[in-house]
Amino acid sequence: MQDLGIRVLFEGNNFARLMGGLGITIQISLLSVLLSIVLGVLFGVFMTLKNPVTRAISRVYLDFIRIMPQLVLLFIVYFGLTRMFGINLSGEVSAVIVFVLWGTAEMGDLVRGALISIPIHQYESSYALGISKKQTYLYIIIPQTLRRLIPLAINLTTRMIKTTSLIVLIGVVEVLKVGQQIIEANRYTAPDAALWIYGTIFFLYFLTCWPISKLAGYLEKKWKN
Amino acid sequence: MKDLLTIQDLFKQYNKNSDPVLKGISLTVKEGEVVVVIGPSGCGKSTLLRCINGLEPVQNGSISLDTQVLTDKTTDWQSIRQKIGMVFQSYDLFPHMTVLDNILLGPLKVQKRKKQDIIPEAEALLTRVGLLDKKDSYPRELSGGQKQRVAIVRALMMKPEIMLFDEVTAALDPEMVREVLDVIMELAKGGMTMMIVTHEMQFAKAVADRILFMDHGEIVESGDPESFFTNPQTERAKQFLNIFSYESTQ
Repeated sequence: MQDLGIRVLFEGNNFARLMGGLGITIQISLLSVLLSIVLGVLFGVFMTLKNPVTRAISRVYLDFIRIMPQLVLLFIVYFGLTRMFGINLSGEVSAVIVFVLWGTAEMGDLVRGALISIPIHQYESSYALGISKKQTYLYIIIPQTLRRLIPLAINLTTRMIKTTSLIVLIGVVEVLKVGQQIIEANRYTAPDAALWIYGTIFFLYFLTCWPISKLAGYLEKKWKN
Repeated sequence: MKDLLTIQDLFKQYNKNSDPVLKGISLTVKEGEVVVVIGPSGCGKSTLLRCINGLEPVQNGSISLDTQVLTDKTTDWQSIRQKIGMVFQSYDLFPHMTVLDNILLGPLKVQKRKKQDIIPEAEALLTRVGLLDKKDSYPRELSGGQKQRVAIVRALMMKPEIMLFDEVTAALDPEMVREVLDVIMELAKGGMTMMIVTHEMQFAKAVADRILFMDHGEIVESGDPESFFTNPQTERAKQFLNIFSYESTQ
């Protein structure tokens, strides 16, 4: 037991490999978040439409995505599409598709909430000044919507980063998978490496998400009306 | 004095199956005149004001401001609304802007005036309502009465020809009502044309050149404040005023 397993972390290029895995995690998360924000804004506006058909469509979509565990969605896209239609997607692409489907639903709901939270009086008192519809959105509605939205969107980003750990199960070599590989490779020489490797991964996730989460809290406080 | 605002036979219904809110309202407001509209809740007095600046569509009748007809399909509301200042019950300042930015927004973006030209005007108006020291504050840092005074200044910055006040003290704590009414009173003395909807009877009596009493979407009685309050002609006006005198004897 003299060997604490920490040695494994610094052996060869293990630490660099972990960082590389984290890079994949962040890459997939960021790409998904960016696409989700763009599509989510559109979906959010779509959800505020009064038309009953668009309402039904968005309701079904939102509920379906929320009820489904992300892991099931990942399996459907990664394995299901291959079996059913012969579409072979890489794990990374499947992951981005699923996270964008999920993120668009969540982001859309946030956008919808932020839009309807602006009281009708804000529109009316702007129109009463002779301000045009376009200017009302530009100077009054959108700035207030963004102030409500940005902290929530940042929180969604941290949730997405954490949830990407699931993609290990469709064979994407991200930070968690790299960790598992290192542990497996050293199972006989350093059986205690698991604690150190997973502990390091814990800190990597923490160091990634904590500043983001702090930023959200700061902005939320700053923009509180 | 010439007629500034002329309303003829105005008819308004929110939807086809509901009772009409305005059933043929006709009135004129002369330049410099202060008309106070009173009446029980739901009588259509707020709706009337909202129709005048186009926040509510009307089904029939006409509204004209000076020579411009406002009830055409082609009405350019953006230019009309600059001539009609409106202040609402819920002081709707823009929460993400300072007091100064709130009152400069209209002149800057609608009238395209230069910032350095309008800042002195803005500061002069803020001084008049006693809020110059709050110009860099955000609305959340102000009391209800202060917000409402800023809302009045914001409307005045557009140099309107007529001001509409829609129950502007109804959402205020009692001790803040006075500071807002004082501002309106001062405007009246300065010759501003105004239509005021209010439940403050003492104020109505003091500020009005003419009282319009509305009930069920109609103007039931109209007259100078002295004779209206001491000797109302219609039964409905008598009943309405009784409620207030009863409250004041409590």
